[in-house]
Amino acid sequence: MTERPFRKVRLTGLLLLLLLAFLLDLSTGTVSISLKEILRVFLSPSTANPTWQFIVQGIRLPKACTAVLAGCGLSVGGLQMQTLFRNPLADPSILGVTAGASLGVAAVMLAGGSMATLFAIKELGMSGSWLIIGAACVGAGSTMLLVLILSRRLRDNVMMLIVGIMIGSITLALISIWQYFSNPEQVKDYLLWTFGSLGGVTGGQLSILAVVVVIGLTVAMMSSKMLDALLLGENYARSMGLSPRKARTVIICSTSILAGSITAFCGPIGFIGIAVPHIARFLFNTASHRILIPACCLIGTTLLLLCDAFAQLPGSQAVLPINIITSIIGSPLVIALLLRQTTVHTW
Amino acid sequence: MVAATPLLSTRNLQTGYHTGKRKIVVAGMLPDLRLEPGQLICLLGPNGSGKSTLLRTLSGLQPALSGEIHIEGVDRWSPAALARKISLVLTDRVSGNNLTVDSLVALGRYPWSGWLGRLNSADLSNIDWAIRATGIGPLRDRKIHTLSDGQSQKVMLARALAQNTPILMLDEPTAHLDLPSRIRLMRLLHKLARETRKAILLSTHELDLALQIADEVWLLHTGGQLHSGAPEDLVLNGTFEAAFAEEDVTFDMEAGNFLIYTPQEKPVMLAGEGPAFFWTRRALRRAGFEPVEKAILNIRVEQRQGHPIWLVERSGETGEYDSIRKLLQVIS
Repeated sequence: MTERPFRKVRLTGLLLLLLLAFLLDLSTGTVSISLKEILRVFLSPSTANPTWQFIVQGIRLPKACTAVLAGCGLSVGGLQMQTLFRNPLADPSILGVTAGASLGVAAVMLAGGSMATLFAIKELGMSGSWLIIGAACVGAGSTMLLVLILSRRLRDNVMMLIVGIMIGSITLALISIWQYFSNPEQVKDYLLWTFGSLGGVTGGQLSILAVVVVIGLTVAMMSSKMLDALLLGENYARSMGLSPRKARTVIICSTSILAGSITAFCGPIGFIGIAVPHIARFLFNTASHRILIPACCLIGTTLLLLCDAFAQLPGSQAVLPINIITSIIGSPLVIALLLRQTTVHTW
Repeated sequence: MVAATPLLSTRNLQTGYHTGKRKIVVAGMLPDLRLEPGQLICLLGPNGSGKSTLLRTLSGLQPALSGEIHIEGVDRWSPAALARKISLVLTDRVSGNNLTVDSLVALGRYPWSGWLGRLNSADLSNIDWAIRATGIGPLRDRKIHTLSDGQSQKVMLARALAQNTPILMLDEPTAHLDLPSRIRLMRLLHKLARETRKAILLSTHELDLALQIADEVWLLHTGGQLHSGAPEDLVLNGTFEAAFAEEDVTFDMEAGNFLIYTPQEKPVMLAGEGPAFFWTRRALRRAGFEPVEKAILNIRVEQRQGHPIWLVERSGETGEYDSIRKLLQVIS
């Protein structure tokens, strides 16, 4: 049992890295704030520069917290989907819930430029708009319900996977129809939303997102034993007393809650969900979900914080959409991990 | 003496599938079956006779079309409670990403452990016992996907043993194994049945091994009838041959195996004893000869200075050979 000390070293290292990433994310932005100043904002607020205090506490801290929530939620959702479907390519969007959220947003944004929409977007900013969030939640929620109803009737998880993908593509097709009949301005607004954004989730919205993500993660943690059993396939899982339908319902609920809420608040953020579970398995060298779920949280959070810091393009005024950065940083990372592994696991 | 409640018993069981609204009956005429503690039962039958379907039905993986299955006298079990009574080794390929042998065997404790799957000392001692019983100690830290088929089969058996159930069912556990591994596995199962009083039901195509080791054989015929009994009884009353024999496959009742070649009737007189006699007879049969009481061709096997020697006499001519190969060259 030489695994345990190694695991501890890795855990400590990751925690340190997470802390660093968090501070780095706070310090980068259109104005660069040094680490010392950031510490001063938190430790002795009376001596800190009030502008920087506002920037750090009012803008960057909520953004970093959003990154933490989204990083945890998306990577744990991805892990659950990869295990449930025994497919290394699965991610939280595979159930169609993300597409459902997008459909909700598209419906609002592209609804022929209704006055309410335009007003809400102008008044509250796009990603921070309650209207957009509400629409996305309705979209994600109804897709989740549809998936759950269908999942009760399906015999195995392979069928479930196909159904999820089909629902996703129907939803995307509906969005395309909408885009086709909308004017370019509206389509551009919608496209901007699909790039994803961690900013703009503040105050009440952040608390709501936090509560929902914590609920989703708790359900995920409680399903870790079921996920372990599912590694052996549905027949063995059943022979060990697992009820596959019940397990599927619990896991789909957890992933849908996580992916749906995060997409509603931040827009669709890709890649984290598919890449982080692989990194977690590689770093912690285990298949036990009791370890992998916290590991995914740690790694997902760190990765998303780093991506967000890079998105600020240090020293420049430009901010790249988070979705672009996650792919640009994430893909080479996964390729590098695969190359270091002597064999690619088959499922 | 009144028989105690069997571990498992069935009544009017019918196995099969539902496809959409259609019912496909695989075995519709099953007699009432019983599994007793300490029994090793081999489920035999040609391809497509429904062995796997029967196993899956008995173990609760798929519902019966009709009829009842009682386990310890009770016919309604929740999946979780059933998992403490029946453990399975299936033909499903397991290659769980990143799973080590140790943690796979530990998964066998699933029905006994708490909601997070933490293991207590009882769990650990069951796991250790299962690993020792199957002799996979050296593999403990290996990843599942690096194992050979034979090793993987043993690991899956260890997982089922760790589940520590009174009934163990195995679906073709000897497939993919080489001959010595097959024999070792069968011997291990036999020993387990004797020592742990588990009821073990396994489906297999290894007729000769099954005949040697099974306390009872369940013989499924294509079409879904099932005959059960001591293996020897089934051989003697011809049921065995009837299940498998087709025009081109015949059963040799004396040797207890199926013949690859079709017997021909070239008569030969064969005398001798011991292993040399047995193997000579086999060789002669392969070459198309049938030993009879009186024939022109006369072969005698003798021992000379510890080695067998074959004496041939045919229409007055005689010869002496020191190997079966030479003997066959001369007579054919």
